[in-house]
Amino acid sequence: MGQFFPNGIAHYLAGGLIIGAAVGLLFITTGLVGGMSTLYSSTWSYFSKQPFFQQANLINSRQWRLAYAAGLLLGGVIWLAWSGSGAWQTGVPVWQLVLGGFLIGFGARLSNGCTSGHGICGLASLQLPSLLAVLTFLATGIATAHLVAWIGGY
Amino acid sequence: MKTTQLFWALVAGALFGFGLSLSAMVRPEVVLSFLRFKDLGLLLVLGGAATVALLAYQLAPRLLDKPFFGQAFVKHPSSLNVRTIIGAAIFGIGWGLCGVCPGPAIAGLGSGNWPLLAAVLGIFAGAWVQGRFFFGR
Repeated sequence: MGQFFPNGIAHYLAGGLIIGAAVGLLFITTGLVGGMSTLYSSTWSYFSKQPFFQQANLINSRQWRLAYAAGLLLGGVIWLAWSGSGAWQTGVPVWQLVLGGFLIGFGARLSNGCTSGHGICGLASLQLPSLLAVLTFLATGIATAHLVAWIGGY
Repeated sequence: MKTTQLFWALVAGALFGFGLSLSAMVRPEVVLSFLRFKDLGLLLVLGGAATVALLAYQLAPRLLDKPFFGQAFVKHPSSLNVRTIIGAAIFGIGWGLCGVCPGPAIAGLGSGNWPLLAAVLGIFAGAWVQGRFFFGR
């Protein structure tokens, strides 16, 4: 077991249960399904007149999605204060963050879901397409991460 | 009603962001080490989160007529088509390249991992290109 979890399992399990509780809390209080990636389209509806971004489902959800995102930021701040471990910055090169981010944004919106949308909300509502999406991005993610390591990338 | 919903979205988001930070999903290095089979912790995070969410999604509509501060429980079916799968494949390539997801990118900023701003800008750019040029159904 230990070889697969060199950093222990407690914080992973606790964090996962809290994330599930957060998605559950949003659903029980408001009835809303809280994936994250739609935020990145719905926020464009404030700025872009393109027909896609003026769809009712994006305009009607943009406010709560921004509040949800503000909560995410706040949760990170609270964790930072609570843990007392100090801020930590990634060493992933900026070009990988930008290009990777671009593909994530494009792919998640084409797919209508990301790790939280398909992975948590989709699986939790027993959606077969979401299971297929999760298996697909796991496969291409694993392949890409291995390829990057193999060619000596970060 | 509207303000109440925004309040609960903020509270749920804060809980979400705390969980993402606690589980170290805001660290791309941890996600990349999962994808390289060095540390399988991400499976515990995803499994734990999906299990609790499953209970809420399955039980709440059976036990309650409607949400505490909302009109109805939203159903958000995902569609089985080629866009869902191709999009997921592209998402995975980006994920394997940078180790960031849309949620942790934002929560990570809150916990002081400011280089993730580059990823957030990339995600917004990718979402714009998708909506501008690839929105057909």
